[in-house]
Amino acid sequence: MIGTAWTILRKDLQIELRTKESVPAMALFSVTVFVLFHFGLQRNELEGDLAAGVLWVTLILATVLAVNRLFVTEREQGGIDGLLLAPIDRTAVFVAKAGALFLYLVLLELVAVPAFGILLLGPDLFKPLPTLILLLVLADVGLAAVGALVSALAVETRARDLIVPLLLLPLLVPVAIAGAEATEPLFSGNQAAHELGKWVALLGLYDMVFLLVSIAVFDFLLED
Amino acid sequence: MAEQAAAPVIDVEGLERRYGERAALSGVSFRLGEGQTLGLFGPNGAGKSTLLRVLATLLRPHAGGVRVLGAALPGESWKARGRVGYVGHEPLLYRELSGRENLVFHARLHRVPEARVDELIAAVGMQRRARDPVRELSRGMVQRLSAARALLHDPPLLLLDEPYSGLDPAARELLDPLIGRPCGRTRVLVSHDVEAGAAESDLALGLRAGKQLIFGRPDPAAIRGLFR
Repeated sequence: MIGTAWTILRKDLQIELRTKESVPAMALFSVTVFVLFHFGLQRNELEGDLAAGVLWVTLILATVLAVNRLFVTEREQGGIDGLLLAPIDRTAVFVAKAGALFLYLVLLELVAVPAFGILLLGPDLFKPLPTLILLLVLADVGLAAVGALVSALAVETRARDLIVPLLLLPLLVPVAIAGAEATEPLFSGNQAAHELGKWVALLGLYDMVFLLVSIAVFDFLLED
Repeated sequence: MAEQAAAPVIDVEGLERRYGERAALSGVSFRLGEGQTLGLFGPNGAGKSTLLRVLATLLRPHAGGVRVLGAALPGESWKARGRVGYVGHEPLLYRELSGRENLVFHARLHRVPEARVDELIAAVGMQRRARDPVRELSRGMVQRLSAARALLHDPPLLLLDEPYSGLDPAARELLDPLIGRPCGRTRVLVSHDVEAGAAESDLALGLRAGKQLIFGRPDPAAIRGLFR
């Protein structure tokens, strides 16, 4: 199953590298939103809960762009039929798609987080960076699992662009809450270790639940 | 005509398939033995492609019995997957990848060695353009690659939806030993060319509006009647 997932993931990355449809759009979107917040809030610097909220909401909205595109190649170019005709474990398709989305999110964050630090964040970004990376990676796992599931569900519908945010954003509310709550002390300098542990645990639990749910139902989503 | 084997490769009894309320296939029944070719005929919207997709395990039958290569669909679809070669309306190739990259991708999914990819690229006469992105190829070239994709895993059953559309006579000649009658595989062939399709077939199935009107030895006059 892992070998098949890797084959599909490699194909997706090859196509993304050539079309540059998802990651550049996500990165550009995030930087644009930071600029809009910069002017909209009429603040040169943000800190604390406001900074955390802006960062997480921007990352989650950027995720919507990638989720919209995740299965489009399969549907528009008939690739999904090729996958369904092959004697493969269909969980491999989920693992590959979630893996691709995870990598897109990591690449997005490599651009968006430094841009956020430069454009909006008041406190120094370097000191809380290791903890922030842990939070982002945990959140990315959940975003990738839910995103792959929603993308597979929405790609069959005519109003895919509407369905994805309507389904995805409510499901991502726990990530937004846990991410923002865990990040707020990092951006205000009064980090309390036990509070951080609680939100990290919540993100971990969210990842586990949605990974298991996605693996359990994904096969049915691919049926006609 | 090839002798019908005791256990048919395809056994369909009272097949029904709906899209919403509309019946795309209703009461379709036939058997196809090993090495035989079934010609599927009918006007646009008759249900030919739907039948092919059901046999390919891409669509679930809603009623009736369907057995493909001994696997009862939809419950045992997994047994038939990987043993069917399917050439549909879509080539099932990614436009941004080259023909060779596409075939290598499908070969890995089917656990077929890469040497088979090069063998088939040569067989369909695509050596010169195999490394070009599929989006830069002509329709006929894409169709040749699509046939190569369908044959990668050496399937005993071929489901062919107008496989010669967009091909020039030279390309047809090239593909004939691979997917034509000389290939010796069991085939279901959709064709709008009544004479050529009938000549290629051992049995003919005529559909109109999802209903089976003809089944038996191919009779071009009767088949033409489907289009009136």
